[in-house]
Amino acid sequence: MSSSYLILTTIIIFLLIFLYISWIFISNEIENKKETGERRDFLYTASYALGAVGLGAAVWPLVDQMNPDASVKALSTTEVDISNIDVGKSITVLWRGKPVFIRRRTQEEIIESQNTKLTELKDPQKDQDRVKKPEWLVMLGVCTHLGCVPLGGKGDYKGWFCPCHGSHYDKSGRIRKGPAPTNLPIPKYEFVDNNTIKIG
Amino acid sequence: MSEEKYIPKSKIGQWFDSRLPLLSLMHHLRDYPTPKNLNYWWTFGAILTFCLIAQIITGLVLAMHYVAHADLAFESVEHIMRNVNYGWLIRYFHANGSSMFFLAVYIHIFRALFYGSYKSPREMIWILGMLIYILMMATAFMGYVLPWGQMSFWAATVITNLFSAIPFIGESIVTWLWGGYSVDSPMLTRFYSLHYLLPFLIFALVILHIWALHIPGNNNPVGIDIKQPSKDTVPFSPYIAVKDLYALIIFLIITAGFVFFAPNILSHPDNYIKANPLVTPTHIVPEWYLLPFYAILRAVPSKLGGVIVMFASLFILMFLPWLDTSKVRSAVFKPLSKLFFWVLVIDVVILGYIGANPPEGLYLLIGRVATIYYFLHFILVLPVLGYKEKTIPLPISISDPVLGGQPNISTTRSREDIKEKQHD
Ligand code: HEM
Ligand code: FES
Repeated sequence: MSSSYLILTTIIIFLLIFLYISWIFISNEIENKKETGERRDFLYTASYALGAVGLGAAVWPLVDQMNPDASVKALSTTEVDISNIDVGKSITVLWRGKPVFIRRRTQEEIIESQNTKLTELKDPQKDQDRVKKPEWLVMLGVCTHLGCVPLGGKGDYKGWFCPCHGSHYDKSGRIRKGPAPTNLPIPKYEFVDNNTIKIG
Repeated sequence: MSEEKYIPKSKIGQWFDSRLPLLSLMHHLRDYPTPKNLNYWWTFGAILTFCLIAQIITGLVLAMHYVAHADLAFESVEHIMRNVNYGWLIRYFHANGSSMFFLAVYIHIFRALFYGSYKSPREMIWILGMLIYILMMATAFMGYVLPWGQMSFWAATVITNLFSAIPFIGESIVTWLWGGYSVDSPMLTRFYSLHYLLPFLIFALVILHIWALHIPGNNNPVGIDIKQPSKDTVPFSPYIAVKDLYALIIFLIITAGFVFFAPNILSHPDNYIKANPLVTPTHIVPEWYLLPFYAILRAVPSKLGGVIVMFASLFILMFLPWLDTSKVRSAVFKPLSKLFFWVLVIDVVILGYIGANPPEGLYLLIGRVATIYYFLHFILVLPVLGYKEKTIPLPISISDPVLGGQPNISTTRSREDIKEKQHD
């Protein structure tokens, strides 16, 4: 990335110098012969265009430095021991600074979630598509409206309720009512063994 | 400016002034002709300048002790409060000063709305003022994040997430703003950097704002053009300077009242709990001065829609000089406009009240009605009033009402006269 960047910048600088010099030549010519401006117009446009590209190339590092850095990216997986979560209980773990809900669902919850009609949903998704094993619901605890952490076992659907602007989620974490546009997202995760989940 | 050219008395003064005309500038600021009928609503410009400088000075001192890191920020603010000599005073002054700053700016803005100060030839002053106001909100929001309490953290989360409403690129913009996958240290440090920078940008805009003001000169409560300098004007110093100073002292007494007797009344107790990314406080609200916009955001039942309408409510103000079609500036001579001005004030106060309450049931309904009315005021009421309203005749000069109380009919001009005047 950085070496290709260097090459690009060098080429642009050379082109700019080239354009600048030829522009001086042309303007001398114009002064001497009062030539029409076509060649000059082309050079103006070309140098402005290249100047804009060069400026963009110079500004990009200043913009990109704000993106997640290497140390932030390095923290992108978390392993969680789930052996001591009882049926009907949930835990919350931090993954990339965000809460992840891990819930061991009861049989009734699973059946209720699987039997919900898709037509009732704002963001239709089958419960089967939201879990790897029906007993375990693993999802981001981040409201899809503006990012608050919803409260468990609350709201009109006894799933999750976001206190910030009143979004109601059902027992599968699907949005049912309120300003949030989509279901609680499912992060990338896998079962390493029966007792461990790797998130990320 | 129709002032006579100023020449410094001393030789050294002349030498200096011909190379860098700072003395001429001082002279201009001192003798700047101001309408003699300015009332106390006009003192808020000076108060605002003071507020900005006070925020910069107290902020500079806080910056000597504050640490911008997610693990240390909260503790460093407690350290300022407990250990740093007079740290409590400086921090309380900075925090309450920001509220007083906004109080002053709201009065200043509504003053302009009432007296039509945004109308030609003062559009530039108004637009610069709006830019200052927008930067102020950004600065205060980022400052509020710095103590890294629960309110800081969740305000930052909710506000930065507004950008996720932008289709397609929203998520990448949010990640870029955060410098990570959630609100954390990288965002705190950049907010600190910008919180330090923006007040100086505001300062630069204030200079332009005052420059633009000194081209046409001040508007005045009567709202008519005056010749400057003339019998209708007084030099800024000492007349207006002393009046501004008096108002500033009253303003400072009120500020001191907050700082010493109720330093936390305007803030939220949850901000004395350290930021916790796992728990959102049950009721999150922004600082009082952002509440009307928060109410507008939540009045719209769609994520993207809410964000667009909220920004629109701010940017519509930029077009105000062209939305208001009236030829008369001051609402003193426009009975209906005066009435609708107060309706707008009440509407904004209602929005603020709604913003502080949960968006459910009746609150939500009232919030929606108030939001719709807010926009109607600018896109319907103002343009129509400008054409239809029958205005009271304007006096010929401001001396008239100042000396006689009521405008004297024999010395008034009708609306038609003014129209003709503007055509020549
Ligand atoms: C337009 C001017 C400014 C406004 C409206 C403003 C507003 C604020 C606000 C609302 C807070 C949070 C206060 C709290 O709840 O504790 C804050 C904190 C802070 N500000 Fe400013 N500020 C301004 C200028 C500055 C400047 C120029 C600096 C630096 C030179 C600065 C440095 C700080 C620091 C270090 C903090 C964190 C300490 C604390 O929370 O008290 N501020 N600011
Ligand atoms: S953040 Fe959850 S409803 Fe707004």
